Amino acid sequence: MAGGSRSQALTRQNAAGWLMALPMVGLLFLFLVVPFFLGFVLSFTNQRLVSPNPTTFVGTANFEQLLGMGVLVLSPEKEDSGAAKVGTDGQPSYPSLRSFTRSQDKYPQYYGMKELFAFGWGESRVEVLARDLVFVKAILNTCAFVIVVAPVQAGLALLLALLINQKLRGINIFRAIYFMPVVISIVVVALLWRFIYDGKDGLLNSLLCFISFGAFKPIDWLGLPQTALWSILAMSVWQGVGFHMVIWLAGLQTIPVSLYEAATIDGANSWQKFRFVTWPGLRNTAVLILIVITMQAFSLFPQVDVMTKGGPLDSTQSIVFQAVQRGYVQQDIATGSAISVILFVIVLAISLTQRWLTRERTA
Amino acid sequence: MTTTTTTAAIAPVRPATLSLNRPHGIGLVLRYALLIVVALVFVFPIVFMLMSSLKPSEQLLADTSSLRAVLPVGNISLDNYFSAFRTAPVALFVFNSVFVTGVTVVLSLFLGSLAAFSFAFLHWRGRDLVFSLVLATLIVPFETIAIPLLLEVNSLPMIGAQGFTIGWLNTYHVQIVPWIADGLTIFLFVQYFRDLPFELIEAARIDGAGWFTIYRRVIMPISGPVLATAAILKFLAMYNQYLWPLMVTQAEQYRPVMVGLQYFFQLNVAWGDMMAYLSIITVPVLAFYLLLQRAFISSIASTGIKG
Repeated sequence: MAGGSRSQALTRQNAAGWLMALPMVGLLFLFLVVPFFLGFVLSFTNQRLVSPNPTTFVGTANFEQLLGMGVLVLSPEKEDSGAAKVGTDGQPSYPSLRSFTRSQDKYPQYYGMKELFAFGWGESRVEVLARDLVFVKAILNTCAFVIVVAPVQAGLALLLALLINQKLRGINIFRAIYFMPVVISIVVVALLWRFIYDGKDGLLNSLLCFISFGAFKPIDWLGLPQTALWSILAMSVWQGVGFHMVIWLAGLQTIPVSLYEAATIDGANSWQKFRFVTWPGLRNTAVLILIVITMQAFSLFPQVDVMTKGGPLDSTQSIVFQAVQRGYVQQDIATGSAISVILFVIVLAISLTQRWLTRERTA
Repeated sequence: MTTTTTTAAIAPVRPATLSLNRPHGIGLVLRYALLIVVALVFVFPIVFMLMSSLKPSEQLLADTSSLRAVLPVGNISLDNYFSAFRTAPVALFVFNSVFVTGVTVVLSLFLGSLAAFSFAFLHWRGRDLVFSLVLATLIVPFETIAIPLLLEVNSLPMIGAQGFTIGWLNTYHVQIVPWIADGLTIFLFVQYFRDLPFELIEAARIDGAGWFTIYRRVIMPISGPVLATAAILKFLAMYNQYLWPLMVTQAEQYRPVMVGLQYFFQLNVAWGDMMAYLSIITVPVLAFYLLLQRAFISSIASTGIKG
């Protein structure tokens, strides 16, 4: 560039630069940055989609309502003599939960709460209570889903990548097949798998009956609280595993062939090559894949919406499903926004943790 | 986000040598057997869908108890397809999806590459700050902004054929405009542009070309690979979208194919019709994928973040 017109050129670059970036950056601001901050603001109000009443600031009430939990230790009721009162079934009897959760003036901290779960502790009974039972279940379900799906899906994807990373004739055909479900909408996949999981004519039940020579009793996979979430998980892995296989493959191909040659000369077997050459070379890829799967898994929604609507017995409620239920179906924008904020904080915390873990290792 | 660059290889994924001596004999047979068994797991539900779409509902349900489920046997016809078209405005849904997806992909690629050109080649005040904000948007999942965005679009003004109106719900633009902006598209283009030789730009500047001319005449003609990558990713994300159109299209007239699915799982499910509809909306995408298989896979490999 000529020295004399430098400042003039810079001014012109300033204008041209802004002009070219502006449309996209403007849209990004309007439809991503604004709703993002709007969500934070709305979560502290009582905003509804359409409402005759003016919007007012309610502080942290939405969060207290959603996340409010309490622990109550109940001692067995005593007879006048001091012996523990025993119910008709021979079990000690405890004061009713309602006496705590229905009296606003005596126990305001437990008011309106319901039992999440309870367990025995010595002769007492520990009650864990939640103000918004369904939402707390949604958080627990989503976390359970993420904790299981991340290692399972990442591990299976790695196995597939190793399987595909062989020099065999026609290997590209297999790679194309393994990747195929990724391009199909999760909504379509979820509907198809309702067939596979069906309690009566389901393909999975037929297959298991066939393999076990009829010993297997058909299960209504999506209709039982014990199996529904894990059935959704298995289907999600089937749909998404090809995606992460491809990312592992890209990682595998960054490992220099010379390292494998050196290992062969040193007499390493296949496992040793994997353990000491492949795995150390995949560390960054592993972190990336775990972050990607975790972020995707926290967004669990279409599968639940199509397959179970959160049931049976709230066993497949998820955070995003609840955000949509409150924010869109019930038009309670404020609560929906508060759930979105909670989700964002969880996702951010996890991605920062994962990033921090990698920084420490590579330093 | 920074870690994504490690896999940002635009080159097609080629299997590297894992073991130096090729397997042979029984080992080779076992390897292929394993590959085929795994392939069956992935193919089976898709073949089941295609075969079922050709069978009457009763036969379809009866067939699920045997291998017949994945074979084109029995009473085979295209009746389900005709019936699906009678049950729901299938052609309208397909048109809506293709229209919304097509317009969004084109606008997103155009504005995204333009912004990326500016980030990669031009020097302007605040550039690096704005670019780091663009990258920061990548860690915000759409699900966390969906609800406030719903409120926002419901109060946005619009000047259209009907004059001045408030609220974007039940329109095409509510499905298009918020999705044009995409940090990932910008990121992919910037990555690609930074690897281009800067002499190209300088030569054009000396010839007296303006910045937009350089963008259009010099850079875009050699950006085929990144255009393909960004187009494929945007296409998949848009066509397969569910949550947003579900919330903003209560009117049948504007619904895309994924929301249109609801017509087929009402109280009395006509399984044959549903399978036909699933095939109609899936087969074109699958065909497109099988045709451009390498491009699809390398575009996923070049990102890593976002589905």
